[in-house]
Amino acid sequence: MAEAPLLELRGITKRFPGVLANDDVSFDLRHGEVHALLGENGAGKSTLMNILYGLYTPDEGAILLNGKEIDVGSTKASIEHGIGMVHQHFMLIPVMTVAENIVLATEPRKAGIALDYTAARKRVRDLSDRYGLAVDPDAKIERITVGQQQRVEILKALYRGAEILILDEPTAVLTPQEARELFEIIRSLQEQGKSIIFISHKLNEVLEIADRITVLRRGKVVDTIPAEGATEPGLAQMMVGREVLLRVDKKPSQAGSPLLQVEDLHVFDDRGLEAVRGLSLEVHAGEIVGLAGVDANGQSELIDAIAGLRAVASGTVRLDGRDVTGDSAREMIDEGLGHIPEDRHRRGLVLPFSLAENLALHAYRKAPESRRGLLQLSTISRRAKRLLQEFDVRGGTPDTPAFALSGGNQQKVVLAREIDADPKVLIAAQPTRGLDVGAIEFVHRRLVEQRDAGRAVFLISLELEEILSLSDRILVIYEGQIVREFPPTASEEEIGLAMTGGGREEAA
Amino acid sequence: MSDELKEEAFEQAPPPGEIPSPQQHFASRFSGLTGAIGPLVTVVLAFLISGIAILAIGKDPLKVYRAFWNGTGLNFFYHFGSYSIRIPFGTTHVWFWWDTASISAQNLQQTLLTTTPIILTALALALPFRAGMFNIGGQGQYWVGSIITVWVGESFIGLNGPVHIVLCLVVGTLGGAAWAGLAGILKAKWGVHEVISTIMLNWIAIWTSSWLLGQGGPLQGSQKSIPVSNSIADAAKLPIFWGPKLLQGLSIGIFIAVAMLFVYWLLINRSTLGYEIRAVGFNPDAARYGGMSVARNYFLAMAIAGAFAGLAGAIDILGWRYNLGQLDVQNQAGQIGFIGLAAALLGRNTALGVGAASLLFGALLTGTSGRQLDQSIFRPDLAGDLTTIIQGLVVLFVGLNLGAVAVWWRRKLRRVAA
Repeated sequence: MAEAPLLELRGITKRFPGVLANDDVSFDLRHGEVHALLGENGAGKSTLMNILYGLYTPDEGAILLNGKEIDVGSTKASIEHGIGMVHQHFMLIPVMTVAENIVLATEPRKAGIALDYTAARKRVRDLSDRYGLAVDPDAKIERITVGQQQRVEILKALYRGAEILILDEPTAVLTPQEARELFEIIRSLQEQGKSIIFISHKLNEVLEIADRITVLRRGKVVDTIPAEGATEPGLAQMMVGREVLLRVDKKPSQAGSPLLQVEDLHVFDDRGLEAVRGLSLEVHAGEIVGLAGVDANGQSELIDAIAGLRAVASGTVRLDGRDVTGDSAREMIDEGLGHIPEDRHRRGLVLPFSLAENLALHAYRKAPESRRGLLQLSTISRRAKRLLQEFDVRGGTPDTPAFALSGGNQQKVVLAREIDADPKVLIAAQPTRGLDVGAIEFVHRRLVEQRDAGRAVFLISLELEEILSLSDRILVIYEGQIVREFPPTASEEEIGLAMTGGGREEAA
Repeated sequence: MSDELKEEAFEQAPPPGEIPSPQQHFASRFSGLTGAIGPLVTVVLAFLISGIAILAIGKDPLKVYRAFWNGTGLNFFYHFGSYSIRIPFGTTHVWFWWDTASISAQNLQQTLLTTTPIILTALALALPFRAGMFNIGGQGQYWVGSIITVWVGESFIGLNGPVHIVLCLVVGTLGGAAWAGLAGILKAKWGVHEVISTIMLNWIAIWTSSWLLGQGGPLQGSQKSIPVSNSIADAAKLPIFWGPKLLQGLSIGIFIAVAMLFVYWLLINRSTLGYEIRAVGFNPDAARYGGMSVARNYFLAMAIAGAFAGLAGAIDILGWRYNLGQLDVQNQAGQIGFIGLAAALLGRNTALGVGAASLLFGALLTGTSGRQLDQSIFRPDLAGDLTTIIQGLVVLFVGLNLGAVAVWWRRKLRRVAA
């Protein structure tokens, strides 16, 4: 592998007001390799790739393709140089078909005006056959899955003649199954001679797919190493700059009285189908109960029903012994329920609100946050300042709008609000989704702290690893029912089997 | 465009996180003083384009605009001297630096009289907008407030003056609130879109008012041949503190409207209700999760908005109309509501912005009306059309979001230079 690199970025520096996003970054890509760019959120990965793709102009540094310096002042130029990028947020037109989206802007035409749809469809089919990317050219984008949309994005780049593909956090939006399929696609592209830059903050993925790994931290290259021989703890340390505990360190639990009791609960989903079917569970003071399950087995409906955000069809919910079935969200908050919602953008935060306003989302209607219906802004701001410090939220003051924060810091804001309300029961739904290692460690430590403080923590996660490392007891949900309970010493295989409905007889 | 947004996020607070959506982005960008740039550009452009229209009919735009300006009475502020006005509810006179009896003073009184209901109907749009709703029903709410005020104003003759005035203002306000609240309930309970329901409620208000005031209608006055209500009791008329009492001097209604601007600011920015309304407007899911009732906030935002519009109707009746005719309702069916909408959009739903934009539209309407405009310079009938053109352009440009265009352009230039 001593050949000259296909692409080389030399000494790239990019400054934004107040930040040095890339500081003398050098990076090279060899022909036919998968080179992973690893780093925490905000480490400068996306900035670097946006420079390569012509979205930003670097302040210093050069880009060399086949040893010759090139000027990528625009995305058009970078496409002409054979560089294609698949963004984290897809840039497709939902009402158009797959074929229309792929050929957009360079579409084959009839008589110079009308779109030659037959030709477009044929070209798309050729392309998808060649690279093993199965898509239906006639399907509308809005009708296909996220995984398929991603394939369309990849095909779009290939259609435009990309030899170098940049994949920006491609697995963030995919299910584990879709991620598998993506990895196969990447391998087949590699076999066909394409070179790939794979951006991620997930260690296991990077180790699995990459040939070489470059780690970025705070805009600087830490090192470039071959994937062979690299380990997760080693990479995590490079990323964060200190040793990271991937496994949570905790004492055995001291379970007390039951604080959350759910009995024979039935809940319907938005389509009117029964999503939770006679589910019962208990969470005691001082323990973390993990709910494992494949997505869409009634987890969301269960959480919503407990939190007062969805009607309970039948059954009871008790909080610290009191029947709270059917209470409103406000009543549940007052009764001592903390809730870290599974989607922090949809529910957890009002993104245009300032951090202070977001931190007051429950407390705003009570003294000292408000008096006689008027907000006490100085109190709200003082409290925000304290919480931002206590929870180590970086990149914002109380007046910063929530959307300006990175995902990890946004989640810390949600966590701060819910924990500061001093709840009896804390529901943590997917509390580390989309976070990087450093932030995950922080959230986990806080959850264990809550347990040790005698609160009942109910953890819902799609990541089995997270459930295993945090929980004192593990419940498996399948089709709206708890099918089995496991001790934290159970193996992933056993639990995995129960999650897919296997071993039900034993449970009964 | 996503790169633009990302770059913005950097400026907001490093290090950058996820890309904000455009709405969130603009919501933050247009808070504060920088938000005034877009509307100012909008107004300047609207006047420039109208200037082309004036040129096209062979007039000098500068001269015409000068005549408009004088028609608005805003030139009042350069008549230095020693003059006085009378303070309401007493005989005290206050000495003034400007000529309080000049033509320009009268024009200015008209401008402020016109501005009053525009401020209030603009607030009627601005408040639901913060809750994520579009209240097209300002006009209907205005007429409901007017009708109820006429009825209460012409009844209870002999009531103590201030009591009668307050009573009229309160029932007019409540009338508007109830009318808009209806749309709020429809939205909160059954998800009926407020644009549809308020438009329908507008027509119901207009034709019911028409019938009430029409030939043989319950509110038709004692003169059986004309479809106009009786005048309200003299005691119920708002005190006129500036200008001739019999020729539409300026009533204290303008102070009520300005006070409502403050009330609106306080409500939105400082009250828990305003906090809820804003949360619901930005993200109803998060609001519900935070323990708020989204339905209640929809209802309250609409009802309070209707209160503003109803109050506008009441003040107009008590301040200068004194009675209401069937033709008033039918001919001015869409006027106040539409101008209020333009003012709220231009003012970006902030208290200060709404105040300034309302004054602009109030001045524009007065400055181009037949009574105030110098007829040797521009034909008033055409001037009215010009006003409509300027209003239309403003709404169009506000829709375009010129501020965003300017930001984009600046960035583009910078990139080319780099």
